[in-house]
Order: sequence, then C-alpha cells, then structure tokens
Amino acid sequence: MTGIVVVSHSRQLARAAVDLATGLVPGLEVAVEVAAGMDDGGLGTDATQILQAIQRADDGAGVLILADLGSGVLSAQTALELLEPGLAPRVRLSSAPLVEGLVGAYAAAGLGKDLDEVAAEAERAAEAKREQIGPRAQ
Amino acid sequence: MTQPRTTLSAADLADWVRAASADLSEHIEELTALDAAIGDADHGSNMTRGFTAAVEALDAETLETPDAVLKRVAMSLISQIGGASGPLYGTLFLRMAAATVGRPELDAPALVEAVEAGVTGMVQRGRAKAGEKTMLDAWCPALDALRSGGAELATAVAAAADAAEHGRDATRDLVATKGRASYLGERSVGHIDPGAASTAIILRALEGVASGRGPVRDPERGADRDPGEGSEQS
Repeated sequence: MTGIVVVSHSRQLARAAVDLATGLVPGLEVAVEVAAGMDDGGLGTDATQILQAIQRADDGAGVLILADLGSGVLSAQTALELLEPGLAPRVRLSSAPLVEGLVGAYAAAGLGKDLDEVAAEAERAAEAKREQIGPRAQ
Repeated sequence: MTQPRTTLSAADLADWVRAASADLSEHIEELTALDAAIGDADHGSNMTRGFTAAVEALDAETLETPDAVLKRVAMSLISQIGGASGPLYGTLFLRMAAATVGRPELDAPALVEAVEAGVTGMVQRGRAKAGEKTMLDAWCPALDALRSGGAELATAVAAAADAAEHGRDATRDLVATKGRASYLGERSVGHIDPGAASTAIILRALEGVASGRGPVRDPERGADRDPGEGSEQS
C-alpha cells in the first residue's frame, strides 16, 4: 500500500490534518506518518525526521509526501536527497496544498491505488477546490 | 597564535565550526534583532541551536577526514536549525562534504571547489540567486573572492571573509523576494538580511582558523576568549 508522510512546521497541525482525513474517509487502513515540528515543541521541520517517517511509511509500494510551505518544502526536498538509492525512486513530494492533498491521497491510498494514482489524486484535490469556487474568490 | 594554514585538516574544520558556534552565540541578539525586523525573530536562536549541536557531534567523535566533519556538521544543521537555514546551510555543508571525499586535507583550490559545490547546492535548494536579499548575497561574493584570492589559503579565505561582510552590508538596500522577508516587500529595504549576517560571522570564523589567529577578539566587548582555545591544534 502506498504510504503517506505529512510534513509541517507544526506537529499539532499535521496531526489534526491526519485526524481530518481519517474522519472524512473512515474505515481505511493507511500508513500515514507525521514528520512535523521540532522535538522541543517549537515550530520547524527536520529533514532527518522526515527521512525516518518515509522509511516507516514505506512497505515497498512507495510514499507520497504532503508538505505545508516554505522550509517545510525545503526540508522535504532535503530528505529526498538523503534517501538510500533503492528507496528514492518510489518516494515523491506532492505540490498539492497540505490539507486538500492529504485527504485525496489518503482516500486513494486506502483504496489500494499505486503511488502514481495517489499522487495524481492529491493534485486533483487542489483542482476540485478551484473548480468549486471559480476563477474569482466568492 | 599559530602559523597561517596552508591546508585545512579535519581538525581545522572542526575548530572552524567551534569558533563559528561561539561567534554565532555571541552575536545571537544581533541576529535575532535583524530577523525580528524582517522575519520571525528566530534566526539567532536557530543558528545557535544548530551550531551547538554540530559542536556536540564533533566533540562526541573525532572524525579523521574533512568530508566526514563536513557531513556530520550538515546533518546537525539539517536536523536542529528548524527553519529554512537548516536545509540551506545543511545542503551547503552536504555538498562541501561530497566535493571533498578522498581528500585528507584541503588546500586553496580544494576549498574553492568545495565552496563552489556548496553554493551551487544552496542555489538549487533555495531557488534563489544573488540580489534577492538572502545569504547568497554574502556567499556569492565570498566565493568570487576565494576563487580569485590566489594559491595561499589564508589570504584567499581572508578575502572571502571580507567579501562576505561587504555582501552582508549591501543587503541593506535590497528588496526581499525570497523567504519570510519577501512578505514585507519594500519594507524590507533598510535592513540587513540575517542569513547574510550569519554567513559573514561563519566565514570570519574560518578566516580566524586559516590565519592561525584563533578566536576573533571583539574590541567592543573588551575581553577575548582563551587564546589557546581552538588554536593549539596543527
């Protein structure tokens, strides 16, 4: 099953986002790991923490990473570089927004979709919101 | 005081990191103030935390080669800094490590190669270039100075440290288009970029080791640290 890693400056935010996904799409078994916040409780990200989360989330089927913004993305990109060569090809960083992308990815992963499909579903989630709201914020 | 270095060994690089850590801690309020003006006021504490962790890692195990030291520092910065400087400085040190594999010590050309690889990595990671009011505005002039600084390590590193300080000062008039400061736009003008300031501190610390001068004395504070600290190893 495709695994998911949630990266955020805020551990609380990441956990709440995971709670939202499991609440909106109940009844699924998905390997979701959080890599968020600093161990002292402060805001920030740590690529080594992200690396460990990726390793835990992978069962051979690959991992999609959802990240918040700014240094969350930079740390995720740094983590990709630290991956062992065997794992790297099946780990991907989504450019979807965190919450929307996570819910879409979670549902797809829970339905047994592969990494490509899970990544595509995350990207589509952002599009769905744009379509709903239209070209100008209403 | 010791002789100017003609090459940098693993021990010299470790001394550099210790000196940089001490200098960053000494300047924590200044870095915090710079980051409070155009960011979220955490650059001072982030850099101190990261470099303190790097020193602890180097104290825990004596590493024999430059690339091992640089890699250990990279991992400490990546995991402990917390903000964007973690991946940015961390990638710089990771690339420096990769560029120095197999070298028992670094002469001037090897240091140029390493810093070149490091700055290229930083550019790729941050998707920034010179002129955008970032740490690159200190690193890029420092690299240019290092490249044209000649074959003598100490002289070249001194030129790089000077260039980093000038680059830092020049960020005052730039508009931020990257990072947290970019949210301020024009209001970032008139403030020095904190990442450029920490870069200047780090490179001045390298100059201290390369010149054999030892830890930097701060004339304004009067007292200097134990002159034996960090300068005894050859």
